[in-house]
Amino acid sequence: MAVCVAVIAKENYPLYIRSIPTENELKFHYMVHTSLDVVDEKISAMGKALVDQRELYLGLLYPTEDYKVYPSHQSPCVESTFPNQLCRYGYVTNSKVKFVMVVDSSNTALRDNEIRSMFRKLHNSYTDVMCNPFYNPGDRIHSRAFDSMVTSMMIQVC
Amino acid sequence: MSLSVLEGMGFRVGQALGERLPQETLAFREELDILKFLCKDLWVAVFQKQMDSLRTNHQGTYVLQDNSFPLLIRMAAGLQYLEEAPKFLAFTCGLLRGALSTLGIKSLVTASVASLPTCKFQVVIQKT
Repeated sequence: MAVCVAVIAKENYPLYIRSIPTENELKFHYMVHTSLDVVDEKISAMGKALVDQRELYLGLLYPTEDYKVYPSHQSPCVESTFPNQLCRYGYVTNSKVKFVMVVDSSNTALRDNEIRSMFRKLHNSYTDVMCNPFYNPGDRIHSRAFDSMVTSMMIQVC
Repeated sequence: MSLSVLEGMGFRVGQALGERLPQETLAFREELDILKFLCKDLWVAVFQKQMDSLRTNHQGTYVLQDNSFPLLIRMAAGLQYLEEAPKFLAFTCGLLRGALSTLGIKSLVTASVASLPTCKFQVVIQKT
């Protein structure tokens, strides 16, 4: 269901980025890049507030060439007549590593809990990668275990 | 045997711990929170006890004091082996530095022993 998953380092370069329809990969790279601005905005806004940092937010419904923009925060499927709505979600860890996930919400509206659990799994796998003594922090992630976890998230629901 | 090699190893381990230990906790709002996390959660995870005291000059220097440091406690009590003690503290300095660096703080950590098994770790935050 997740169409694209990206892990961005503290310095805002990608450690891992993978998308499912592989022909439009560049488009997803751009999407993730633009989401970073929104993430940064949220982080700085939250510096003052006493809220849970593990934010889960609904980014703009992203317009691809075929689809319209609906800058709505409600359930996207209700208002549109277009099949594919790509929602971007973000998550930031304590070490300022960001996870960005683009999901296709055409089939079922993914609930908040499901997205949260996907991010939790991502975080756990990322921590495992960090603890691997052969991994140098800052390198791209090549771990097969991480790859298989991401694959399982991407083909989860059809 | 170079102390910087030991410190480097401690640094890598600290980076990994700095990722794993705060996983379930909420964001750290300020530097002091991060230092408190080091004194409580990190120390408990590694040495099964908390740090005994944390002092600061509020200008980026923190002194963490442990009155019965587990790595030194079996060696001696008092002034014997004072010259050998730094070898055992190098790894721990790296550990602190690594954890701080994952949490976004660049720092310099040094250790000093006045009498075993009490030791002090001085953390100086590098402002860039």
